[in-house]
Amino acid sequence: MPHTPRIPSAAARRRLIDAENLERRAPAGGQHLLHPVSLQLYEGDRVAVTGPTGAGKSVLLRLLALLDAPHGGEIRWCGEPVGHQDILRYRRSVAYLKQRAVMLDGNVADNLHAPFALKIYSDLHYSQQTVLDLLAAAGRDAAFLTKKTSELSGGEAQITALIRVLQLAPTVLLLDEPTASLDPASAAVVEAMVEQWFAAQAGRALAWVSHDPAQAARIANRTLQLQAGRVQQTDTLPHTLANDVQGVRP
Amino acid sequence: MNPTYLNLSNTDLALAAALILINAALSLLLKLGLTQRLLWASVRTVVQLLLVGHILSWVFHFDRWYIVLGLMALMTVIAGLAASRRGGRTYRGMRVDGMLSIWLSSWLVTVAALFVIIRIRPWYEPQYAIPILGMILGNTLTGVSLGLERMTEELIARREQVDLLLSLGATRWEAARLPAIQAIRAGMIPTLNAMSVVGVVSLPGMMTGQVLAGQSPLQAVRYQIVIMFLIAAASALGTTLAVLACYWRLFSPEHRFRAERLLERTAGQA
Repeated sequence: MPHTPRIPSAAARRRLIDAENLERRAPAGGQHLLHPVSLQLYEGDRVAVTGPTGAGKSVLLRLLALLDAPHGGEIRWCGEPVGHQDILRYRRSVAYLKQRAVMLDGNVADNLHAPFALKIYSDLHYSQQTVLDLLAAAGRDAAFLTKKTSELSGGEAQITALIRVLQLAPTVLLLDEPTASLDPASAAVVEAMVEQWFAAQAGRALAWVSHDPAQAARIANRTLQLQAGRVQQTDTLPHTLANDVQGVRP
Repeated sequence: MNPTYLNLSNTDLALAAALILINAALSLLLKLGLTQRLLWASVRTVVQLLLVGHILSWVFHFDRWYIVLGLMALMTVIAGLAASRRGGRTYRGMRVDGMLSIWLSSWLVTVAALFVIIRIRPWYEPQYAIPILGMILGNTLTGVSLGLERMTEELIARREQVDLLLSLGATRWEAARLPAIQAIRAGMIPTLNAMSVVGVVSLPGMMTGQVLAGQSPLQAVRYQIVIMFLIAAASALGTTLAVLACYWRLFSPEHRFRAERLLERTAGQA
Protein backbone atom coordinates (compact mmCIF):
# COMPACT_ATOMS: atom_id res chain seq x y z
CA MET A 1 0.00 0.00 0.00
CA PRO A 2 1.71 3.23 -1.03
CA HIS A 3 2.06 5.48 1.87
CA THR A 4 2.03 9.24 1.63
CA PRO A 5 4.33 10.75 4.21
CA ARG A 6 2.83 13.33 6.45
CA ILE A 7 3.78 15.02 9.64
CA PRO A 8 1.88 13.43 12.46
CA SER A 9 0.20 16.03 14.54
CA ALA A 10 -1.61 14.74 17.57
CA ALA A 11 -5.00 15.73 16.15
CA ALA A 12 -4.67 14.61 12.54
CA ARG A 13 -2.83 11.33 12.97
CA ARG A 14 -4.20 8.64 10.77
CA ARG A 15 -5.49 5.48 12.31
CA LEU A 16 -3.51 2.66 10.70
CA ILE A 17 -4.78 -0.50 12.35
CA ASP A 18 -8.11 -0.57 14.04
CA ALA A 19 -8.75 -3.87 15.76
CA GLU A 20 -12.11 -4.24 17.36
CA ASN A 21 -13.04 -6.98 19.82
CA LEU A 22 -10.55 -9.47 18.44
CA GLU A 23 -10.89 -12.83 20.09
CA ARG A 24 -9.33 -16.20 19.57
CA ARG A 25 -10.05 -19.61 21.03
CA ALA A 26 -7.99 -22.75 21.16
CA PRO A 27 -8.60 -24.87 18.05
CA ALA A 28 -9.70 -27.98 19.92
CA GLY A 29 -11.28 -27.12 23.24
CA GLY A 30 -12.73 -23.73 22.43
CA GLN A 31 -11.12 -22.21 25.52
CA HIS A 32 -10.29 -18.52 25.09
CA LEU A 33 -6.70 -17.70 24.21
CA LEU A 34 -7.66 -14.08 23.85
CA HIS A 35 -10.81 -12.47 25.17
CA PRO A 36 -12.17 -9.64 23.03
CA VAL A 37 -9.41 -7.03 22.71
CA SER A 38 -9.61 -3.69 20.95
CA LEU A 39 -6.53 -1.84 19.85
CA GLN A 40 -5.99 1.22 17.72
CA LEU A 41 -2.61 1.80 16.20
CA TYR A 42 -2.11 5.35 14.98
CA GLU A 43 0.67 6.78 12.90
CA GLY A 44 3.62 7.41 15.17
CA ASP A 45 2.38 4.92 17.75
CA ARG A 46 4.84 2.74 19.62
CA VAL A 47 2.92 0.22 21.64
CA ALA A 48 4.57 -2.19 24.05
CA VAL A 49 2.52 -5.34 24.55
CA THR A 50 3.42 -6.77 27.93
CA GLY A 51 2.21 -9.49 30.25
CA PRO A 52 3.24 -12.89 31.59
CA THR A 53 3.80 -15.97 29.45
CA GLY A 54 0.53 -17.31 28.08
CA ALA A 55 -1.23 -13.97 28.43
CA GLY A 56 -2.12 -13.94 24.74
CA LYS A 57 0.53 -11.51 23.47
CA SER A 58 1.65 -13.68 20.59
CA VAL A 59 -1.95 -14.65 19.86
CA LEU A 60 -2.81 -10.97 19.51
CA LEU A 61 0.15 -10.27 17.25
CA ARG A 62 -0.61 -13.21 14.97
CA LEU A 63 -4.19 -11.96 14.69
CA LEU A 64 -2.95 -8.48 13.83
CA ALA A 65 -0.69 -10.00 11.16
CA LEU A 66 -3.78 -11.81 9.82
CA LEU A 67 -1.95 -15.13 10.19
CA ASP A 68 -4.70 -16.64 12.31
CA ALA A 69 -8.40 -16.17 11.83
CA PRO A 70 -10.09 -14.38 14.72
CA HIS A 71 -13.13 -16.10 16.22
CA GLY A 72 -14.70 -12.72 16.65
CA GLY A 73 -14.03 -9.08 15.91
CA GLU A 74 -12.67 -7.20 12.96
CA ILE A 75 -9.50 -5.54 11.73
CA ARG A 76 -9.60 -2.38 9.63
CA TRP A 77 -6.71 -0.80 7.80
CA CYS A 78 -6.83 3.00 7.51
CA GLY A 79 -10.52 2.84 8.31
CA GLU A 80 -11.37 0.27 5.65
CA PRO A 81 -12.29 -3.35 6.37
CA VAL A 82 -9.60 -5.73 5.11
CA GLY A 83 -11.34 -7.86 2.48
CA HIS A 84 -10.02 -11.01 0.80
CA GLN A 85 -8.29 -9.13 -1.97
CA ASP A 86 -6.68 -6.67 0.46
CA ILE A 87 -5.02 -9.24 2.70
CA LEU A 88 -1.76 -9.51 0.79
CA ARG A 89 -1.38 -5.73 0.56
CA TYR A 90 -2.13 -5.47 4.27
CA ARG A 91 0.59 -8.01 5.04
CA ARG A 92 2.97 -6.04 2.85
CA SER A 93 2.27 -2.90 4.89
CA VAL A 94 2.31 -4.69 8.22
CA ALA A 95 5.49 -6.70 8.74
CA TYR A 96 5.67 -9.36 11.43
CA LEU A 97 8.76 -10.64 13.20
CA LYS A 98 8.93 -13.65 15.49
CA GLN A 99 11.06 -14.29 18.51
CA ARG A 100 13.03 -16.93 16.67
CA ALA A 101 13.88 -15.77 13.19
CA VAL A 102 12.71 -18.14 10.49
CA MET A 103 15.25 -18.65 7.74
CA LEU A 104 14.56 -19.97 4.27
CA ASP A 105 17.02 -22.40 2.67
CA GLY A 106 20.28 -21.01 1.31
CA ASN A 107 22.40 -18.10 2.45
CA VAL A 108 21.65 -14.62 3.76
CA ALA A 109 21.41 -13.15 0.26
CA ASP A 110 18.88 -15.82 -0.76
CA ASN A 111 16.77 -14.83 2.22
CA LEU A 112 16.95 -11.16 1.36
CA HIS A 113 16.05 -11.84 -2.28
CA ALA A 114 13.13 -14.14 -1.40
CA PRO A 115 10.40 -11.50 -0.96
CA PHE A 116 11.00 -10.13 -4.44
CA ALA A 117 9.95 -13.44 -5.94
CA LEU A 118 6.46 -12.89 -4.52
CA LYS A 119 3.72 -11.41 -6.67
CA ILE A 120 2.88 -8.68 -4.17
CA TYR A 121 6.35 -7.12 -4.59
CA SER A 122 6.44 -7.32 -8.38
CA ASP A 123 6.75 -3.51 -8.50
CA LEU A 124 9.92 -3.59 -6.37
CA HIS A 125 13.42 -4.74 -7.17
CA TYR A 126 16.10 -5.97 -4.85
CA SER A 127 18.41 -3.07 -4.05
CA GLN A 128 21.95 -3.96 -3.11
CA GLN A 129 22.48 -0.42 -1.79
CA THR A 130 19.49 -0.56 0.54
CA VAL A 131 20.71 -3.89 1.87
CA LEU A 132 24.29 -2.66 2.32
CA ASP A 133 23.01 0.39 4.20
CA LEU A 134 20.95 -1.83 6.48
CA LEU A 135 23.88 -4.19 6.95
CA ALA A 136 26.10 -1.24 7.86
CA ALA A 137 23.56 -0.19 10.47
CA ALA A 138 23.87 -3.70 11.87
CA GLY A 139 27.67 -3.48 11.86
CA ARG A 140 28.00 -6.05 9.07
CA ASP A 141 29.40 -5.86 5.55
CA ALA A 142 28.77 -7.54 2.21
CA ALA A 143 30.62 -10.68 3.31
CA PHE A 144 27.68 -11.41 5.61
CA LEU A 145 25.48 -11.96 2.55
CA THR A 146 27.23 -15.18 1.58
CA LYS A 147 26.87 -16.77 5.01
CA LYS A 148 24.84 -19.95 5.06
CA THR A 149 21.73 -19.57 7.19
CA SER A 150 22.57 -22.81 8.98
CA GLU A 151 25.74 -21.13 10.26
CA LEU A 152 24.04 -18.00 11.62
CA SER A 153 23.79 -17.36 15.33
CA GLY A 154 20.38 -16.48 16.76
CA GLY A 155 21.30 -12.82 16.71
CA GLU A 156 22.57 -12.92 13.13
CA ALA A 157 19.44 -14.72 12.00
CA GLN A 158 17.24 -12.12 13.68
CA ILE A 159 19.23 -9.30 12.03
CA THR A 160 18.79 -11.05 8.67
CA ALA A 161 15.07 -11.41 9.29
CA LEU A 162 14.84 -7.75 10.23
CA ILE A 163 16.70 -6.59 7.12
CA ARG A 164 14.46 -8.89 5.07
CA VAL A 165 11.41 -6.88 6.11
CA LEU A 166 12.98 -3.44 6.53
CA GLN A 167 14.23 -3.36 2.91
CA LEU A 168 10.56 -3.53 1.93
CA ALA A 169 9.79 -0.36 3.92
CA PRO A 170 6.68 -1.51 5.76
CA THR A 171 4.42 1.01 7.50
CA VAL A 172 3.85 -1.06 10.62
CA LEU A 173 6.12 -3.48 12.44
CA LEU A 174 4.69 -6.19 14.67
CA LEU A 175 7.53 -7.57 16.77
CA ASP A 176 6.99 -10.63 18.93
CA GLU A 177 9.81 -10.54 21.49
CA PRO A 178 12.41 -10.22 18.74
CA THR A 179 15.28 -9.78 21.19
CA ALA A 180 14.17 -12.16 23.94
CA SER A 181 16.59 -14.92 22.99
CA LEU A 182 19.44 -12.73 21.72
CA ASP A 183 22.76 -11.73 23.24
CA PRO A 184 22.80 -8.11 24.49
CA ALA A 185 24.87 -6.86 21.54
CA SER A 186 22.49 -8.29 18.92
CA ALA A 187 19.50 -7.07 20.93
CA ALA A 188 20.93 -3.54 20.88
CA VAL A 189 21.46 -3.75 17.11
CA VAL A 190 17.87 -4.90 16.57
CA GLU A 191 16.51 -2.09 18.74
CA ALA A 192 18.66 0.49 16.96
CA MET A 193 17.59 -0.72 13.51
CA VAL A 194 13.92 -0.59 14.43
CA GLU A 195 14.49 2.89 15.82
CA GLN A 196 16.13 3.94 12.57
CA TRP A 197 13.29 2.52 10.48
CA PHE A 198 10.76 4.33 12.67
CA ALA A 199 12.54 7.66 12.39
CA ALA A 200 13.18 7.38 8.65
CA GLN A 201 9.64 8.25 7.70
CA ALA A 202 6.79 9.91 9.51
CA GLY A 203 3.60 7.95 9.87
CA ARG A 204 5.08 4.60 10.85
CA ALA A 205 3.97 2.62 13.86
CA LEU A 206 5.01 -0.44 15.80
CA ALA A 207 3.75 -2.91 18.34
CA TRP A 208 6.47 -4.68 20.29
CA VAL A 209 5.85 -7.63 22.59
CA SER A 210 8.32 -7.54 25.43
CA HIS A 211 8.59 -8.97 28.91
CA ASP A 212 11.39 -6.60 29.81
CA PRO A 213 9.97 -3.43 31.47
CA ALA A 214 13.12 -1.43 30.72
CA GLN A 215 12.90 -2.35 27.05
CA ALA A 216 9.18 -1.57 26.96
CA ALA A 217 9.91 1.85 28.38
CA ARG A 218 12.70 2.42 25.86
CA ILE A 219 10.81 1.48 22.75
CA ALA A 220 7.21 2.40 23.48
CA ASN A 221 5.12 5.43 24.22
CA ARG A 222 2.24 3.38 25.48
CA THR A 223 1.65 -0.06 26.90
CA LEU A 224 -0.99 -2.70 26.42
CA GLN A 225 -0.82 -5.11 29.28
CA LEU A 226 -2.38 -8.52 28.85
CA GLN A 227 -3.11 -11.12 31.48
CA ALA A 228 -4.77 -14.47 30.89
CA GLY A 229 -6.10 -13.36 27.54
CA ARG A 230 -7.57 -10.09 28.78
CA VAL A 231 -6.40 -6.50 28.62
CA GLN A 232 -5.22 -5.62 32.07
CA GLN A 233 -4.54 -1.97 31.45
CA THR A 234 -3.51 0.46 28.76
CA ASP A 235 -1.04 3.12 29.77
CA THR A 236 0.35 6.06 27.99
CA LEU A 237 3.90 6.35 29.14
CA PRO A 238 4.86 9.99 29.54
CA HIS A 239 7.42 10.57 26.82
CA THR A 240 9.73 12.33 29.23
CA LEU A 241 9.72 9.37 31.55
CA ALA A 242 10.51 7.01 28.71
CA ASN A 243 13.38 9.26 27.71
CA ASP A 244 14.62 9.39 31.29
CA VAL A 245 14.66 5.64 31.52
CA GLN A 246 16.57 5.51 28.27
CA GLY A 247 18.96 8.14 29.65
CA VAL A 248 19.97 6.18 32.72
CA ARG A 249 20.66 2.99 30.82
CA PRO A 250 24.37 2.28 30.63
CA MET B 1 -5.92 -72.63 -24.85
CA ASN B 2 -2.33 -72.55 -25.93
CA PRO B 3 -0.85 -76.07 -26.13
CA THR B 4 2.19 -75.15 -24.03
CA TYR B 5 0.03 -73.92 -21.17
CA LEU B 6 -0.04 -76.21 -18.13
CA ASN B 7 -2.85 -76.08 -15.63
CA LEU B 8 -1.82 -76.17 -11.97
CA SER B 9 -3.40 -78.77 -9.74
CA ASN B 10 -3.95 -78.54 -5.99
CA THR B 11 -0.92 -80.78 -5.52
CA ASP B 12 1.20 -78.25 -7.40
CA LEU B 13 -0.10 -75.51 -5.10
CA ALA B 14 0.67 -77.59 -2.02
CA LEU B 15 4.22 -78.21 -3.24
CA ALA B 16 4.75 -74.47 -3.76
CA ALA B 17 3.25 -73.68 -0.37
CA ALA B 18 5.69 -76.14 1.20
CA LEU B 19 8.45 -73.70 0.25
CA ILE B 20 7.23 -71.54 3.11
CA LEU B 21 8.97 -74.13 5.31
CA ILE B 22 12.24 -72.49 4.23
CA ASN B 23 11.02 -69.23 5.72
CA ALA B 24 9.75 -71.00 8.81
CA ALA B 25 13.05 -72.80 9.30
CA LEU B 26 14.97 -69.54 8.96
CA SER B 27 12.66 -67.85 11.41
CA LEU B 28 13.11 -70.59 13.97
CA LEU B 29 16.84 -70.90 13.43
CA LEU B 30 17.58 -67.18 13.67
CA LYS B 31 14.83 -66.56 16.25
CA LEU B 32 13.21 -63.96 14.01
CA GLY B 33 9.92 -64.40 15.83
CA LEU B 34 8.07 -64.39 12.53
CA THR B 35 6.75 -67.94 12.48
CA GLN B 36 3.20 -67.02 13.39
CA ARG B 37 3.05 -64.10 10.98
CA LEU B 38 4.49 -66.28 8.22
CA LEU B 39 1.81 -68.82 8.75
CA TRP B 40 -0.91 -66.19 8.78
CA ALA B 41 0.47 -64.47 5.68
CA SER B 42 0.59 -67.77 3.82
CA VAL B 43 -2.97 -68.60 4.73
CA ARG B 44 -4.08 -65.14 3.61
CA THR B 45 -2.27 -65.45 0.31
CA VAL B 46 -3.94 -68.74 -0.49
CA VAL B 47 -7.41 -67.81 0.72
CA GLN B 48 -7.51 -64.30 -0.77
CA LEU B 49 -6.26 -65.37 -4.17
CA LEU B 50 -8.49 -68.44 -4.42
CA LEU B 51 -11.43 -66.24 -3.46
CA VAL B 52 -10.54 -63.61 -6.06
CA GLY B 53 -10.11 -66.36 -8.61
CA HIS B 54 -13.61 -67.57 -7.94
CA ILE B 55 -15.10 -64.08 -8.01
CA LEU B 56 -13.33 -63.25 -11.25
CA SER B 57 -14.31 -66.49 -12.89
CA TRP B 58 -17.92 -65.81 -11.89
CA VAL B 59 -17.73 -62.25 -13.24
CA PHE B 60 -16.14 -63.45 -16.48
CA HIS B 61 -18.82 -66.06 -16.84
CA PHE B 62 -21.65 -63.64 -16.09
CA ASP B 63 -20.24 -61.00 -18.45
CA ARG B 64 -22.74 -58.23 -17.64
CA TRP B 65 -21.69 -54.54 -17.65
CA TYR B 66 -23.22 -53.82 -14.26
CA ILE B 67 -21.40 -56.68 -12.60
CA VAL B 68 -18.08 -55.57 -14.08
CA LEU B 69 -18.77 -51.96 -13.12
CA GLY B 70 -19.71 -53.00 -9.58
CA LEU B 71 -16.51 -54.96 -9.14
CA MET B 72 -14.49 -52.07 -10.54
CA ALA B 73 -16.18 -49.69 -8.11
CA LEU B 74 -15.45 -52.01 -5.20
CA MET B 75 -11.78 -52.25 -6.17
CA THR B 76 -11.59 -48.45 -6.41
CA VAL B 77 -13.20 -47.94 -3.01
CA ILE B 78 -10.76 -50.34 -1.38
CA ALA B 79 -7.81 -48.57 -3.01
CA GLY B 80 -9.25 -45.18 -2.09
CA LEU B 81 -9.61 -46.11 1.56
CA ALA B 82 -6.05 -47.40 1.68
CA ALA B 83 -4.69 -44.19 0.15
CA SER B 84 -5.05 -42.05 3.26
CA ARG B 85 -3.62 -44.56 5.71
CA ARG B 86 0.02 -43.59 5.39
CA GLY B 87 1.93 -41.06 7.41
CA GLY B 88 1.80 -39.75 10.94
CA ARG B 89 -0.55 -36.85 10.22
CA THR B 90 -4.10 -36.70 9.08
CA TYR B 91 -6.71 -34.04 8.51
CA ARG B 92 -10.45 -33.93 8.15
CA GLY B 93 -11.33 -34.87 4.61
CA MET B 94 -8.12 -36.76 3.90
CA ARG B 95 -10.10 -39.91 3.18
CA VAL B 96 -12.35 -38.08 0.75
CA ASP B 97 -9.36 -36.49 -0.95
CA GLY B 98 -7.60 -39.84 -1.35
CA MET B 99 -10.77 -41.52 -2.61
CA LEU B 100 -11.71 -38.84 -5.12
CA SER B 101 -8.24 -38.41 -6.56
CA ILE B 102 -7.81 -42.16 -7.00
CA TRP B 103 -11.25 -42.56 -8.45
CA LEU B 104 -10.99 -39.69 -10.93
CA SER B 105 -7.48 -40.41 -12.16
CA SER B 106 -7.70 -44.20 -12.44
CA TRP B 107 -11.10 -44.23 -14.11
CA LEU B 108 -10.20 -41.46 -16.53
CA VAL B 109 -7.09 -43.35 -17.65
CA THR B 110 -8.90 -46.71 -17.72
CA VAL B 111 -11.61 -45.22 -19.92
CA ALA B 112 -8.93 -43.85 -22.23
CA ALA B 113 -7.31 -47.30 -22.35
CA LEU B 114 -10.51 -49.24 -23.02
CA PHE B 115 -12.13 -46.85 -25.47
CA VAL B 116 -9.24 -45.14 -27.24
CA ILE B 117 -6.08 -47.24 -26.97
CA ILE B 118 -7.08 -50.90 -26.87
CA ARG B 119 -10.63 -50.29 -28.21
CA ILE B 120 -12.35 -53.34 -26.78
CA ARG B 121 -15.88 -54.29 -27.78
CA PRO B 122 -17.80 -54.39 -25.56
CA TRP B 123 -15.90 -51.97 -23.35
CA TYR B 124 -16.70 -53.92 -20.19
CA GLU B 125 -15.02 -57.09 -21.45
CA PRO B 126 -13.86 -58.20 -17.96
CA GLN B 127 -10.75 -59.93 -19.31
CA TYR B 128 -9.40 -56.44 -20.10
CA ALA B 129 -11.28 -53.95 -17.95
CA ILE B 130 -10.58 -55.55 -14.58
CA PRO B 131 -6.88 -56.31 -14.79
CA ILE B 132 -6.13 -52.96 -16.41
CA LEU B 133 -8.00 -51.02 -13.74
CA GLY B 134 -6.37 -53.19 -11.09
CA MET B 135 -2.85 -52.43 -12.26
CA ILE B 136 -3.62 -48.72 -12.56
CA LEU B 137 -5.22 -48.66 -9.11
CA GLY B 138 -2.29 -50.37 -7.44
CA ASN B 139 0.19 -47.83 -8.74
CA THR B 140 -2.03 -44.79 -8.33
CA LEU B 141 -2.62 -45.86 -4.75
CA THR B 142 1.14 -45.81 -4.14
CA GLY B 143 1.48 -42.38 -5.72
CA VAL B 144 -1.47 -40.81 -3.95
CA SER B 145 -0.58 -42.16 -0.53
CA LEU B 146 3.08 -41.14 -0.89
CA GLY B 147 1.99 -37.70 -2.10
CA LEU B 148 -0.41 -37.14 0.78
CA GLU B 149 2.09 -38.41 3.31
CA ARG B 150 4.85 -36.18 1.97
CA MET B 151 2.60 -33.11 1.72
CA THR B 152 1.48 -33.32 5.34
CA GLU B 153 5.02 -34.05 6.50
CA GLU B 154 6.53 -31.17 4.53
CA LEU B 155 3.88 -28.77 5.78
CA ILE B 156 4.63 -29.70 9.37
CA ALA B 157 8.39 -29.57 8.86
CA ARG B 158 8.21 -26.29 6.94
CA ARG B 159 5.39 -24.82 8.94
CA GLU B 160 7.49 -21.85 10.06
CA GLN B 161 8.70 -21.08 6.55
CA VAL B 162 5.16 -21.30 5.20
CA ASP B 163 4.00 -18.85 7.85
CA LEU B 164 6.96 -16.58 7.16
CA LEU B 165 6.15 -16.40 3.46
CA LEU B 166 2.51 -15.68 4.22
CA SER B 167 3.48 -12.94 6.67
CA LEU B 168 5.62 -11.35 3.95
CA GLY B 169 2.57 -11.22 1.69
CA ALA B 170 2.87 -14.46 -0.26
CA THR B 171 -0.29 -15.91 -1.75
CA ARG B 172 -1.32 -19.23 -0.31
CA TRP B 173 0.02 -20.97 -3.40
CA GLU B 174 3.35 -19.14 -3.19
CA ALA B 175 3.62 -20.30 0.42
CA ALA B 176 2.59 -23.91 -0.28
CA ARG B 177 4.39 -24.32 -3.60
CA LEU B 178 7.59 -25.89 -2.30
CA PRO B 179 5.93 -28.53 -0.10
CA ALA B 180 3.40 -29.29 -2.84
CA ILE B 181 6.09 -29.78 -5.47
CA GLN B 182 8.08 -32.04 -3.14
CA ALA B 183 4.95 -34.07 -2.48
CA ILE B 184 4.02 -34.46 -6.14
CA ARG B 185 7.58 -35.46 -6.97
CA ALA B 186 7.57 -38.02 -4.15
CA GLY B 187 4.38 -39.54 -5.53
CA MET B 188 5.65 -39.75 -9.09
CA ILE B 189 9.15 -41.05 -8.48
CA PRO B 190 8.25 -44.74 -7.89
CA THR B 191 6.60 -44.85 -11.31
CA LEU B 192 9.54 -43.10 -12.94
CA ASN B 193 11.94 -45.54 -11.30
CA ALA B 194 9.85 -48.48 -12.43
CA MET B 195 9.75 -47.12 -15.98
CA SER B 196 13.49 -46.74 -16.19
CA VAL B 197 14.40 -50.22 -14.95
CA VAL B 198 11.54 -52.18 -16.48
CA GLY B 199 12.76 -55.13 -18.49
CA VAL B 200 16.33 -54.66 -17.30
CA VAL B 201 16.14 -55.14 -13.57
CA SER B 202 12.59 -56.41 -13.33
CA LEU B 203 10.24 -58.29 -15.56
CA PRO B 204 6.77 -57.02 -14.79
CA GLY B 205 4.27 -59.54 -13.53
CA MET B 206 1.77 -58.88 -16.26
CA MET B 207 4.28 -59.43 -19.03
CA THR B 208 5.63 -62.54 -17.35
CA GLY B 209 2.09 -63.81 -17.02
CA GLN B 210 1.37 -63.31 -20.70
CA VAL B 211 4.55 -65.10 -21.64
CA LEU B 212 3.74 -67.98 -19.27
CA ALA B 213 0.31 -68.22 -20.83
CA GLY B 214 1.96 -68.74 -24.20
CA GLN B 215 1.70 -65.24 -25.64
CA SER B 216 4.54 -64.12 -27.87
CA PRO B 217 7.05 -61.98 -25.93
CA LEU B 218 6.80 -59.33 -28.64
CA GLN B 219 3.09 -58.90 -28.00
CA ALA B 220 3.60 -59.14 -24.24
CA VAL B 221 6.05 -56.23 -24.21
CA ARG B 222 3.67 -54.14 -26.31
CA TYR B 223 0.99 -54.60 -23.67
CA GLN B 224 3.50 -53.83 -21.01
CA ILE B 225 4.48 -50.57 -22.71
CA VAL B 226 0.85 -49.50 -22.87
CA ILE B 227 0.37 -50.39 -19.21
CA MET B 228 3.46 -48.48 -18.11
CA PHE B 229 2.18 -45.31 -19.73
CA LEU B 230 -1.30 -45.80 -18.33
CA ILE B 231 0.20 -46.22 -14.88
CA ALA B 232 2.45 -43.19 -15.29
CA ALA B 233 -0.43 -40.98 -16.37
CA ALA B 234 -2.84 -42.16 -13.70
CA SER B 235 -0.40 -41.94 -10.82
CA ALA B 236 0.80 -38.47 -11.88
CA LEU B 237 -2.77 -37.27 -12.18
CA GLY B 238 -3.89 -38.91 -8.94
CA THR B 239 -0.92 -37.62 -6.95
CA THR B 240 -1.39 -34.06 -8.22
CA LEU B 241 -5.12 -34.11 -7.49
CA ALA B 242 -4.56 -35.43 -3.98
CA VAL B 243 -1.86 -32.89 -3.17
CA LEU B 244 -3.96 -30.03 -4.52
CA ALA B 245 -6.98 -31.22 -2.55
CA CYS B 246 -4.85 -31.30 0.59
CA TYR B 247 -3.62 -27.78 -0.22
CA TRP B 248 -7.14 -26.45 -0.65
CA ARG B 249 -8.18 -27.88 2.68
CA LEU B 250 -5.21 -26.61 4.65
CA PHE B 251 -4.92 -23.12 3.15
CA SER B 252 -7.84 -20.74 3.45
CA PRO B 253 -8.85 -18.23 0.77
CA GLU B 254 -7.60 -15.56 3.20
CA HIS B 255 -4.09 -16.95 2.59
CA ARG B 256 -3.85 -18.55 5.99
CA PHE B 257 -2.21 -21.85 6.76
CA ARG B 258 -4.65 -23.81 8.91
CA ALA B 259 -1.98 -25.89 10.61
CA GLU B 260 -4.37 -26.76 13.41
CA ARG B 261 -6.23 -28.99 10.95
CA LEU B 262 -3.25 -31.30 10.69
CA LEU B 263 -3.75 -33.78 13.48
CA GLU B 264 -1.45 -36.40 14.88
CA ARG B 265 -2.79 -39.74 13.80
CA THR B 266 -3.98 -41.74 16.76
CA ALA B 267 -3.62 -45.50 16.95
CA GLY B 268 -7.32 -46.04 16.37
CA GLN B 269 -7.29 -44.26 13.03
CA ALA B 270 -4.29 -46.12 11.68
